Amino acid sequence: MMAVLTADTLTGRALRGVLDSPKATVALAVCFLLVLAAILAPAIAPQNPYDLMQIDLFDSKLPPMSRGYSGMLYILGTDTQGRDMLSAMLYGLRTSLAVGLTAGVLAMALGTMLGLIAAYMGGRVDALIMRFVDLMLGLPTILVALMILVVFGQGTGKVILALIFVQWAYFARTVRATAMVEAEKDYVVAARCLGIRPARILFAHLLPNCLPVLIVIGSIQVANAIAAEATLSFLGIGLPITEPSLGLLIANGYQVLLAGIYWMSVYPGLLLLVLVFAINVLGDRLRLVLNPRLAT
Amino acid sequence: MSALLEVDDLRVWFETPAGTIKAVDGVNLTLNRGEIVGLVGESGSGKSITGFSIIGLLDPPGRIAGGRIVFDGTDLTGLDGESLRQLRGRRIAMIFQDPMMTLNPVLSIGTQMIETVLTHRRVSRDEARARASAALGRVGIPSPEERLNAYPHEFSGGMRQRVAIAMALLHEPDLIIADEPTTALDVTIQAQILSVVQDLVAEMGMALIWISHDLGVVAGLANRIAVMYAGRIVEEGAVDDVLDRPRHPYTQGLIASTPMANQRGEPLRQIPGMAPRPLNRPEGCAFRPRCAYATDACLSEPSETAGPARSWRCFHPLGEEE
Repeated sequence: MMAVLTADTLTGRALRGVLDSPKATVALAVCFLLVLAAILAPAIAPQNPYDLMQIDLFDSKLPPMSRGYSGMLYILGTDTQGRDMLSAMLYGLRTSLAVGLTAGVLAMALGTMLGLIAAYMGGRVDALIMRFVDLMLGLPTILVALMILVVFGQGTGKVILALIFVQWAYFARTVRATAMVEAEKDYVVAARCLGIRPARILFAHLLPNCLPVLIVIGSIQVANAIAAEATLSFLGIGLPITEPSLGLLIANGYQVLLAGIYWMSVYPGLLLLVLVFAINVLGDRLRLVLNPRLAT
Repeated sequence: MSALLEVDDLRVWFETPAGTIKAVDGVNLTLNRGEIVGLVGESGSGKSITGFSIIGLLDPPGRIAGGRIVFDGTDLTGLDGESLRQLRGRRIAMIFQDPMMTLNPVLSIGTQMIETVLTHRRVSRDEARARASAALGRVGIPSPEERLNAYPHEFSGGMRQRVAIAMALLHEPDLIIADEPTTALDVTIQAQILSVVQDLVAEMGMALIWISHDLGVVAGLANRIAVMYAGRIVEEGAVDDVLDRPRHPYTQGLIASTPMANQRGEPLRQIPGMAPRPLNRPEGCAFRPRCAYATDACLSEPSETAGPARSWRCFHPLGEEE
């Protein structure tokens, strides 16, 4: 652990930078705890919110800290079907994170690939890819995602596809710009002089030098993916009702919000806020410490 | 035995919106095995472009507009990219000016060297590592086996240049093009690098093109010297001969503007004027506007006068009167 901290590697620099800032340290801890909670949801949730045998309809709409018919304590209250909100939120967090991370990572892979190809090939290939990127960046994210889901229908896989489709362009544009700057550097010329194959120069020499920027946009885009997925689910065209994410929980509670049953949307909303905020704080800090132009 | 490298009337043009820049405009250069040629000239005279043309790495808009580069019997200007790539690093290698920039900062020295070995030879990783380690030892890097795991920033400038030289030498190339490799180093390190290079060239029998603007370095290292001006070689010959008895006024000017210990206190002599802009070079001899000996004859192009082991391009070569 200490070796990682003192080493002048990417991980070392990133970790040192984060731990130097109290705000970022808290954000890192929050992210870590939330991911842990999401992974362990089946083990730590008081009930399985989707097992109908465990849900009691008599317990519906109970406010926070009330006890149910069977004597179970509902710390954050229950929803209209008597489901424990805390358990539903833990499972929802699991779904939100899984969808956000999958979409973010796949969008990063696709965008990085296209960005590198554009930077290396140049000419027409570059122009074609970049005009498409311009097109994607010119359209509102949510609108494009909405259209895709309306055309192709709902489903977890389709939501992930829609999110990849609206996010890859951010990665492609940044990676292309970074790779083009790197490709001008002498070490690339030197590698070419040694007869290193182009594909190897691209992936073994240019890609690692693009990693700092990739980590930064990656973290912010994962937060954006989670938020976008929540928006889509809130609008009722995101994830199916059988796998409610935080966005869907908020939407469900929204219908009874004005009846004074606030806990059904406010708590999932707060959890979503904390998650997205923590990732963004972390991403901002990483941008500060990994950006070579800002580095001391 | 035929020459290792024969550059014949090489022309390299850059098509730009402002016009065609003739960076290299008819260069002839012959190099035998084991020979060291110093290619000297001002910035922009085309020395580096000549080097990049030989190794086949001219970037657009630069292109070879004419001439031949015959390396060991093969004309490189006719080769496709893949054949050139296989030559690079294996039979022709290059060393660059700035050792800070020529190694990839995020990869360990070992990774980069092993990669270079495996690019050109089908050997196991262990074998490649052994070769890399041996190459580091050859350029005088202590405990090479451990240094393979180090990253470029853990080396000093001089050590980094040694690593770059070791990488260039991995496949014992026939020809090395060194593009001002000691310019960025301080003088003591420069002397060390020079002696390393000199030993290796003698030991391995490689030919070396040493591109430099430092006459002092070339004088101590090269067998022959070729002076470039405005895209042409204006004078060529054995190093002592050229430095002692320059024929071209430009060579004379270069020598006169080199600081020497026995001229202390005297103002340095400069060549008047500036190197011509590559877009509008003067008609005829490109050095004419700056030359004290210029006459109307210089309005036309001077052809190459070849003496025994010596050549120059001038209508009024120095030392002719006696």
